[in-house]
Amino acid sequence: MKPVVELVDVWVELGGHTVLEAITMRVEEGEFVSVVGPNGAGKTTLLKVILGLVAPQRGEVRVFGRPPRDLGRDRARIGYVPQVEEIDLRFPLRVIDVVLMGRYGILGLGRRPRREDRRAALEALELVGIRELAGKLIGELSGGQRQRAFLARALAAKPKLLLLDEPTTGVDPAASESFYELLRKIQEEDVTILMVTHDVGVVSRYVDKVACINRRLVVHGRPEEVVTSEALAEMYGCAALFFHHGRIPHMVVRPHTDFREEGK
Amino acid sequence: MSLLGYVFMQRALIAGTLIGATAGAIGVYVVLRGFSFIGAGIAHAAFGGVAIALLLGIEPLWGALAFSLAVAWAIAYTSRRAAIKEEVAVGILFAASMALGIFLLSFVPGYRADLFGYLFGNILSVSSHDLLVSFVLAGLVFTAVAVLYKEFLFITFDPGMAEVSGFPVGVLQGLLLSLVALTVVLSLRVVGAVLVAALLVIPAATAYQLVQDFHRLLFLSALLGIAEVVGGLIISFYLDTPSGPTIVLLSAALFALVMFLRKRSP
Ligand SMILES: Nc1ncnc2c1ncn2[C@@H]1O[C@H](COP(=O)(O)OP(=O)(O)OP(=O)(O)O)[C@@H](O)[C@H]1O
Ligand SMILES: [Mg+2]
Repeated sequence: MKPVVELVDVWVELGGHTVLEAITMRVEEGEFVSVVGPNGAGKTTLLKVILGLVAPQRGEVRVFGRPPRDLGRDRARIGYVPQVEEIDLRFPLRVIDVVLMGRYGILGLGRRPRREDRRAALEALELVGIRELAGKLIGELSGGQRQRAFLARALAAKPKLLLLDEPTTGVDPAASESFYELLRKIQEEDVTILMVTHDVGVVSRYVDKVACINRRLVVHGRPEEVVTSEALAEMYGCAALFFHHGRIPHMVVRPHTDFREEGK
Repeated sequence: MSLLGYVFMQRALIAGTLIGATAGAIGVYVVLRGFSFIGAGIAHAAFGGVAIALLLGIEPLWGALAFSLAVAWAIAYTSRRAAIKEEVAVGILFAASMALGIFLLSFVPGYRADLFGYLFGNILSVSSHDLLVSFVLAGLVFTAVAVLYKEFLFITFDPGMAEVSGFPVGVLQGLLLSLVALTVVLSLRVVGAVLVAALLVIPAATAYQLVQDFHRLLFLSALLGIAEVVGGLIISFYLDTPSGPTIVLLSAALFALVMFLRKRSP
């Protein structure tokens, strides 16, 4: 198997603080990996490093075998669903227009979307199951529908690598689960998926691997290894317990008093 | 004699149409991106440029153009690094430029009329040369918006994603702010430096209450801009008031009216 994402000893410093420390990890083609960790752990930063938006001070990053900044046209093969708070939802845009933006990277500078782009956008909406909402305003959607719309935008360019940053924030448990099912379906089309989430318990039923990050990569392995290890406790700097009700693990965390210091 | 019998009024109305359309359209980006403060900043800088040009005996429009473009790019450059210090520096730059303008203008003989005109707009001031320049500036703005429609929409809605998709966000941001600068320069004679920023905000904010589709918003805002500038010019002709404040008052009244009607019939 070929690695789609490869990080070797990656260090990132932002505003004088070390945000990522000696991260070494590989994501193989077709894998579905979740990235978990407390707030401020550097999860978003990790995605930005992979996207080439943040340059590491040290270490090597390769996406499809090349440094992310030298990807050129292959950049369009990466789909990205950013963390929700980065977008203004009062913006007067229809869902179809937002999804169409997923095609802009392929189009490049100065070229207008054409019929085939519109078709690809509608197909992506169909795939995520909200085609009938194409004409609605982005601000009119419910949380779950909106996340599907942004997933559709990421899928409109038919990416080979999909990066998602907390895509189920504010989405109810049932809708989250059907969102993960959908990602599984997309994974079957040979799409490699890296998803940041706080939904540690539930997500372990859908992913191949879990990467626990708290500035350092604490552990990276199969969900059953990670979930039963001490890793989560170490990572959150707190006591983490898993209860297994049948096949669904539930996590209970009890924060340490010095949790904030450890996060720094 | 009717209002169209005066050549200066014909020129003012043609210039006003161009101003209303550009300010209305560019104002949509200004409002959606939360750039209102930046519009004011660029206008202040433009005024400093006018004063220096007058003092040196150059065409004031060139001074305004040079200063406002310089500030536009300074903002584009600093806004991409989150450091507050630089934002403050740009803020001081605006104010200093405006103060410098007024300070310098006091050394120009007969400055009072000029000063008042450039600050609040002068309906008599549009020469045939100005009109030519207006056509060129408005042409530039509309060509850029047409050619880079998708790019400007992208960086306004989601600059992060635009960067991920490989677009030169910094350069596009600079270009968009340059269009704000061109609009400011274009409007300076008729609307005045103090109130240009209002013209960049009010038509777009009014249109935003009426339509929720980006494309229609651009058109409606441009149409409202034209109606407000032309209407304001006509009123200022009959009442003999400075054109800038008249236009802005009319725009604000229309904004309030739309808001009131929308509240009553949701
Ligand atoms: N541009 C920046 N300049 C300085 N520090 C930054 C910058 N961006 C992020 N940081 C810091 O880097 C650390 C990691 O941030 P990051 O956004 O990657 O965390 P995260 O794991 O995604 O957190 P969350 O779960 O809250 O989204 C935080 O301490 C944050 O304050
Ligand atoms: Mg984050």
